[in-house]
Amino acid sequence: MTRSALPGFAIALIVLLAGLALAFTLGRYPIGLGDVLDVLAAKLTGRAPNVPGAVENVILQVRGPRVIAALLVGGALAVAGTAFQGLFRNPLVSPDILGASSGAALGAVLGIYFSLGVFGIESLAFLGGLAAVAAVYLIGTLVPARDPILLLVLAGVVIGALLGAGVGLVKYLADPYNQLPAMTFWLLGSLASTNASDLVALLTPVALGTAVLVALRWRMNVMSLPEEEARALGVPTGPLRIAIVAAATLVTSASVAAAGIIGWVGLIVPHLARALVGPDFARLLPASAMLGAGYLLFIDTIARTAASIEIPLGILTAVIGTPFFIWLLASVQRTWS
Amino acid sequence: MTLEGHALAIGYRDRLVGLGLDVALAEGEVLALLGPNGGGKTTLLKTLLGLLPPRAGEVRCAGRALASTSIRERAQLLAYVPQSHVATFAFPVETVVLMGRTAHSGLFSRPTARDRAVAAAALKRFGIEHLAERPYTMISGGERQLVLLARALAQEPRFIVLDEPTASLDFGNQGKVMREIRTLSTAGHGVLFTTHDPNQALRLADRAFLLRAGTRVTDGPVRTVLTRENLEELYGAPVGVLTDAATGQTAFLPG
Repeated sequence: MTRSALPGFAIALIVLLAGLALAFTLGRYPIGLGDVLDVLAAKLTGRAPNVPGAVENVILQVRGPRVIAALLVGGALAVAGTAFQGLFRNPLVSPDILGASSGAALGAVLGIYFSLGVFGIESLAFLGGLAAVAAVYLIGTLVPARDPILLLVLAGVVIGALLGAGVGLVKYLADPYNQLPAMTFWLLGSLASTNASDLVALLTPVALGTAVLVALRWRMNVMSLPEEEARALGVPTGPLRIAIVAAATLVTSASVAAAGIIGWVGLIVPHLARALVGPDFARLLPASAMLGAGYLLFIDTIARTAASIEIPLGILTAVIGTPFFIWLLASVQRTWS
Repeated sequence: MTLEGHALAIGYRDRLVGLGLDVALAEGEVLALLGPNGGGKTTLLKTLLGLLPPRAGEVRCAGRALASTSIRERAQLLAYVPQSHVATFAFPVETVVLMGRTAHSGLFSRPTARDRAVAAAALKRFGIEHLAERPYTMISGGERQLVLLARALAQEPRFIVLDEPTASLDFGNQGKVMREIRTLSTAGHGVLFTTHDPNQALRLADRAFLLRAGTRVTDGPVRTVLTRENLEELYGAPVGVLTDAATGQTAFLPG
């Protein structure tokens, strides 16, 4: 690592630690940072904490799972966005570009419609996301095109629109008193109902997909070159693109299944990370994961504490994301060419 | 060791670009590919590089059919220098050159200390080691072309194929890049490049291949092939000739 990347990593780490500190201390039941550190240290060393049981309970049982969920979902969405932006050589690409989010959304509303349990809803969301991307990829393979990447993106838009219509239909058919509110809240994104068993279902695919992306970090650098150039450098772009898309879709679908639709994170965070540590994926992936985790911790803390009711995450990220996106459009020429 | 195309038909799935092409390039030799725009120069390059499968015929490199080699094996034999382009990401120059080492490393590995040494030597070879830390997006067109040459050299191939290496360069940089290309062949590489300038081919290439509308006009040693008659036939336009009385060297003028 050259010296120039260290300040960037330091900033990403500060964002992550600040996000963690705020997420643990703020809330309806404010807790001092010292108490939080005491409980966590006690948990790690196995000794009894020096704080009341209620405080320990809030930290470990109430906020703990939610903090871990925010870390995983934020990190996963940022890592997936980083991978997709590199793969499609486009700064305006996000993890849901190939229909992963819309597919997962349709799966989840179907699960709610058929009154499946939490596990059933999340499984369907997950399968929906993977099926949507598989469909997009099939179109990309079957339709001959000079520019296979543009074709994939367009196929993603088309499939996403179709799945959006499917979500609309299920909502239209749903029981308006019980099912429809559940669908609406789920689609807006929330970490409020995350529990320990959700974390296991989230951690496994996120770890697996991220491991594949990290392993391919150098090949991903080369694949950000034009297709033929990458192949002339010895990179089998076809199979690797499938591997990268599958890995990024896996982490995206797992996040959507756990927390609903949380847009913008995968679009914004990779840019900030690139500005901090440069475009080399060996640095970019960890920096993105740290920033994404810290960012979603901030957002989720605002969602919990800003109003007397919880604000949906999707709404908060959109409010912050839109001005950022406009700034991005204005400055994209400068940063990308 | 040679790079050869036998009875090649070249083109895309829906469009045949050229037919009946035989090309051969030996190690240590420089071959210039000339012809009008749209005549199939780039398509032929991509076919010889294995980036585009031939519609008929066969490309062989080092005695093996190119179609039977893996992408990685091909990259160890053939390096491709595309037209100088604007990159998407602001990778440091050193990283761009290191990308040339990809075919020599495992699927999941990062460049090693040896790879870095090879890349540093390639940068030094072209006198651009001072650019190593600069973003590839922030250097001049001539510097970018030299970086791509360094990347090709770091790839340690037998043959280097260049698509209009001087197309977007100013007069001074054209000369500099062409001299460097010539020295690649003295180091033992076989070099194939396309150009719009017959004078470049005359000064720097051993042989020339004249390609028009997907068919061979003629090919052979530059002194015999690059004549006014052949060039007028190739481009379908009048060509002027200047001859230096003292040395007997010639230069061509368009129009």
